[in-house]
Amino acid sequence: MEEKNNEKNVEKTTEMKPKKKIVIGVIGADVHAVGNAILNRAFLDAGFDVTNLGVLVPQEEFIQAAVEVGADAILVSSLYGQGEIDCTGMREKCDEAGLKGILLYAGGNLVVGKVPEEEIVARYRALGFDRAFGPGTDPSVDIACLRKDLHMDD
Amino acid sequence: MSNILLIDFGSTYTKLTAVDTETESILGTSQSYTTVESDIINGYENALSELRKQTGGIVFDKRIACSSAAGGLKMVAVGLVPELTSKAARLASLGAGAKVIKTYSYELTKSDLEEIDSSRPDICLLCGGTDGGNKEVIIHNAGMLAKSTGHFPIVYAGNRNAADECAEILASKQCIVCSNVMPRLGITDSAPVQKVIREIFLTQIVKAKGLSKAQDLVGGILMPTPSAVLAAMKLLSKGTEREDGIGDLVAVDLGGATTDVYSMCNGHPTNPMTTLRGLKEEYAKRTVEGDIGMRYSIKGILEASSPYEISTISGLPEDICLEKINHLAENTDELPSTEEDQNLDVALACIAVRTAVARHAGRIEEYYTPMGVSYVQTGKDLGSVETIIETGGALVRTGYAEKIGQYALYSPNDPMSLRPKKAKILTDRKYILAAMGLLSTEYPDVALHIMKKELV
Ligand code: B12
Repeated sequence: MEEKNNEKNVEKTTEMKPKKKIVIGVIGADVHAVGNAILNRAFLDAGFDVTNLGVLVPQEEFIQAAVEVGADAILVSSLYGQGEIDCTGMREKCDEAGLKGILLYAGGNLVVGKVPEEEIVARYRALGFDRAFGPGTDPSVDIACLRKDLHMDD
Repeated sequence: MSNILLIDFGSTYTKLTAVDTETESILGTSQSYTTVESDIINGYENALSELRKQTGGIVFDKRIACSSAAGGLKMVAVGLVPELTSKAARLASLGAGAKVIKTYSYELTKSDLEEIDSSRPDICLLCGGTDGGNKEVIIHNAGMLAKSTGHFPIVYAGNRNAADECAEILASKQCIVCSNVMPRLGITDSAPVQKVIREIFLTQIVKAKGLSKAQDLVGGILMPTPSAVLAAMKLLSKGTEREDGIGDLVAVDLGGATTDVYSMCNGHPTNPMTTLRGLKEEYAKRTVEGDIGMRYSIKGILEASSPYEISTISGLPEDICLEKINHLAENTDELPSTEEDQNLDVALACIAVRTAVARHAGRIEEYYTPMGVSYVQTGKDLGSVETIIETGGALVRTGYAEKIGQYALYSPNDPMSLRPKKAKILTDRKYILAAMGLLSTEYPDVALHIMKKELV
């Protein structure tokens, strides 16, 4: 668990609201670690309470972690092309584990080959994900979506 | 000259060890059959007069005791997710020397509560949620425990952000709040909760179990027996300020009803291609297999193996093995008297040790990726442990400690089990581990020297 980083970000003085808690990791048998490390840093800097599970994470581990830490959202990465298979059934398992309605995002290289972004989003929405992001999405986009979906600016 | 008497009030035997701290030697050991019903004091007196035959009429400058009498320290552990806080709660309780009656996860139900009440625990450990994490479940569980009809203390070691609310809910109970067993995901911290459990044991449980007389007689029952063994193993492994220990080790205590396994090692992945999944277990770990034991739990050994295998190891025909196992399950105090019985006991011990150590050790899984194999480890990697210590009548008595110990090691039949690859087997012939744990509270150097001498 060495590279798995659960460090809490330094308290921001501007907001006294409790931080939003997110669980991130790379799903399945996927070892692409670079994007995960970048996202971890970006979310910490943006003031989230991040539980990073690292690479090679099965669905169950995302869910167990989200239950214990009381997560507001789970962000799944998949880079190696097996994302659709690895993500199937995740929403149902969340419901099963008492995480009904938890925000689910997926991102990375979610499908094999060049597929338009709308098509990727449609496929992942069908799997029960709230949002999906195509290759090369800048972390600022993910953060803006999280802030909106978690009503952080209301 | 300083003579110390170390006492282990067991469930069936009271065991005494006399030590001379000047010469760092064992003056004598003895044991006597006892039950609390027949008065624990009688057992102690009998064992003492037995001991006097070896030591003569020496004066003891100090007496220190541990106890597993009257059912030992019985606990229930409550957590949230089975693989995370429930497991952390269970391991913390075992590490405090407790007998964990049952571990609960998620919301306690009415029937769970009834079950807890009727199991009459000495302590309930209430965990769940990382700090800042899930609060709902632990608050629900505090509410359920508040309705308990039992009088056991509740130790709260869950999400610190729910502690105040839970303490309020449990105001009618004795509730001791301490820091979270799993403050962050996967990270365990059981030392604070174990300290609290030990204080409760000292100040309340000994009295509640009717051991006050024994406590007065010997001047103090310091800890539960398994906790003393754990202290001894930690000392032997780590050493003292003045002297090095022997390094990483695994100890197996094979009893009639249960098998205890202790490991002293970090057990982190040794290969950079290996990721650790789930709970990061602690350096000092204890597990108890309630279904693996030489007599009361002999059927569990059979279940973990097969008549064919027991027959192969013992050299006895399968039907004879089964017949004898059934007989021993009914006649739990029978010791082997013939060579055949002895061979059967050795075979059973081999399988018991293998099963208990395999359950204690971590496991590894392989993931094939185009650039090669990646690994995911759960639990501790004991691969580099170089010493295995065997204790418990069954292991020591058979005289086949070496053969039995081999079954604790890595096996190509179960390559994913992270057991020690190659280790020296040491035997606790005089059954002194608990005594040395007690001695270590005041004379760690002496206890370390004696163990290095006596474990061979
Ligand atoms: C480095 C690399 C490797 C290294 C990984 C080393 C490591 N431990 O990290 C190694 C050599 C091991 C490797 C292996 C493989 N790789 Co590779 N690899 C790459 C490469 C070149 C760079 C990946 C990288 O680090 N990118 C930089 C980071 C910063 O970007 P990122 O990972 O995309 O992450 C960002 C965004 O996607 C986004 N994001 C990511 N996750 C999420 C999640 C959410 C919720 C959101 C909102 C956003 C988001 O934010 C991140 C930060 O900006 C890419 C090609 C490329 N240029 O992307 C191929 C690539 C990812 N690999 C690929 C493949 C096929 C493989 C292999 C299956 C086979 C092979 N050819 O070797 C194996 C699979 C191994 C395994 N089991 O996982 C393909 C995937 C194809 C697909 N999905 O359709 C790619 C795209 C190459 C290609 N064009 O074919 N790979």
